[in-house]
Amino acid sequence: MFSNRTFNLIVPIFSVLLGFLVGAIVMLAFGYSPIEGYRALWNGAFGNAYYLGETIRQSIPLMLTGLAIAFAFRSGLFNIGAEGQVFVGWLAAVWLGIVVDLPTIIHLPLAILVAGLAGALWALIPGLLKATRGVHEVVVTIMMNYIALHLSNHIIRAYLLESGSRTSRINESASLRTEGLTTLFGGSQIHWGFIIAFIAAIIMWFLLERTTYGYELRAVGYNKHAAHYAGINVKRNIIMAMMISGLFAGLAGAMEGLGTFGSMHTHASFSNLGFDGIAVALLGANTAIGSVISAFLFGALKVGSLSMPPISGVPSELVEIIIAVIIFFVASSYMIRWIVLRFKKEEK
Amino acid sequence: MQIIDLLQSMMPMVLFYSAPLIFTAIGGVFSERSGVVNIGLEGLMVMGAFSGIVFNLTFAEMFGSLTPWLSLLVAGLVSGIFSIMHAVAAVTLRANQVVSGVAINMIALGVGIFLTREWYGSGQTNSIVEPFYTRSVRFLSDIPIIGEMFFSGIYYIAYIAILFSILAWFILYKTPFGLRLRSVGEHPMAADTNGISVTKIRYIAVIISGFLAGLGGATYALTISLNFGGATISGQGFMSLAAVIFGKWHPLGAMGAAIFFGFAQSLSVVGRNFPILADVPNVYLIIAPYVLTILALAGFIGRAEAPKANGEPYIKGSR
Repeated sequence: MFSNRTFNLIVPIFSVLLGFLVGAIVMLAFGYSPIEGYRALWNGAFGNAYYLGETIRQSIPLMLTGLAIAFAFRSGLFNIGAEGQVFVGWLAAVWLGIVVDLPTIIHLPLAILVAGLAGALWALIPGLLKATRGVHEVVVTIMMNYIALHLSNHIIRAYLLESGSRTSRINESASLRTEGLTTLFGGSQIHWGFIIAFIAAIIMWFLLERTTYGYELRAVGYNKHAAHYAGINVKRNIIMAMMISGLFAGLAGAMEGLGTFGSMHTHASFSNLGFDGIAVALLGANTAIGSVISAFLFGALKVGSLSMPPISGVPSELVEIIIAVIIFFVASSYMIRWIVLRFKKEEK
Repeated sequence: MQIIDLLQSMMPMVLFYSAPLIFTAIGGVFSERSGVVNIGLEGLMVMGAFSGIVFNLTFAEMFGSLTPWLSLLVAGLVSGIFSIMHAVAAVTLRANQVVSGVAINMIALGVGIFLTREWYGSGQTNSIVEPFYTRSVRFLSDIPIIGEMFFSGIYYIAYIAILFSILAWFILYKTPFGLRLRSVGEHPMAADTNGISVTKIRYIAVIISGFLAGLGGATYALTISLNFGGATISGQGFMSLAAVIFGKWHPLGAMGAAIFFGFAQSLSVVGRNFPILADVPNVYLIIAPYVLTILALAGFIGRAEAPKANGEPYIKGSR
């Protein structure tokens, strides 16, 4: 028999392989060569320093939203609202980056912190409603996503618009990008945010696995009633878990605002960072290290997909299908467990 | 008098915006009443919009003015079949239903745009030549005030949406099938011990929701967007989900909520022309449906109580 730990490894690996298999079948069905397609994907993600830089850049916010959703999952909450928290954090970071003028050593941490706080506050509302009134967090966070989307668009248009549809650039002192790093990676948009993402991952791991507080959170996630019976303050834990989750998502927004774009533009629809974060967290089995690895995989897929149409002719949306199939199989892990156990039985 | 003027010019628009939401929201009611959370409504609408547009573009010459109606039907069928995926994951494979719904949303958009690029060579299709046109109902449109409000310059499809929700109410509350469906969503074990197949009922409910969300998506595509692209359906599915909850999981309630959301949407479009609303920033009207849903859930506008077993896979023999 397999232990749970082995299953936690088998399910994601199986799902990723199945995802790529489905992708290959789709390519074959439409008369493309899967080998050509996947080669273009690989080269587009890791082919040279520029592409590698882009892949890392794309992975940074995904890591943070993945951590956000994984953290909430561990405490028994589904934060589908990372999307909105990203927007709020993004806006807060850009706003602070524009209106304040301070030396980098204060300005940058301040802007990042404020973004995190904005995300945490945005997540406080669903957390409070869940804790005090028992309202399901999924629907509230979906609604909060739309409110964040439209409000941030409105604020950009009304107060921060520079030209066209974006705000003016943030002051250099709040930027996460440096000349040296950009040249090292062949002029890509990479920025120092990866350090922040790693720190966040370590904090999450430490908090969950090494502190009493994390123990309480996980207890609430496993069984609310048992946790309550054991004297754990369930309500406080729900609110805190939601806020920490929102904080991570807010940081992801800061990465976009202070790193990748250096500004914020109005959005017609979502950035999808939050929804992809769900995929990241699920594939990473809701652990910190797992989220980091799977964010890197999805980042590579997303960046690599851009090279697919010009080189192999395959529409880049193929990658969206692959990612969706991966989540589908991870979510249906029951089936993979069943198949694996079936094989085990027959061997005996 | 000004209010009546406002309503007169707005009502057709309200119905126009709410028809897609009504269809999809009724679909959501079916699925959620049977205990399957359907966050995939958005993706099912995307599928409906996509297949409706593709059918319309391909067969416009063959079927002439009948095309939009056939497109609607095809869209419903395609989405219905597509929704089986959600049913398999959520019912048979006991997947987390929210996650499976998210996967449905992603797959639908991915497949839709992938095929659009394959078949039309760009990220969006051409505009259709056989959309739905507005009509005025003979005689009824001559009635003063009401005629102008409800019966002129309107899409027939809006009436059909309203008829469907009455039909849905009848099915859910006045037929044995409806009773079974609701019982499966409230207490699957009790239903199972009474000889009702929980799996079968849930599959049917999810497929119905897929069919209706497909109609909703196609209605949106054939009346409002007139083509298909990545941004054609942006949030209407989630708004319908909001309507389901705001309408307290009741088909007529969901219809009412959908019409209300349509009202808010059209206010944000035409509100400018009316002095009372000219000073209100647009954004408040746009976010109104979402804020109201949260308030409804929080119990400030009557308590919204979900079906008991909503979102829980049923495992035979477990307590």
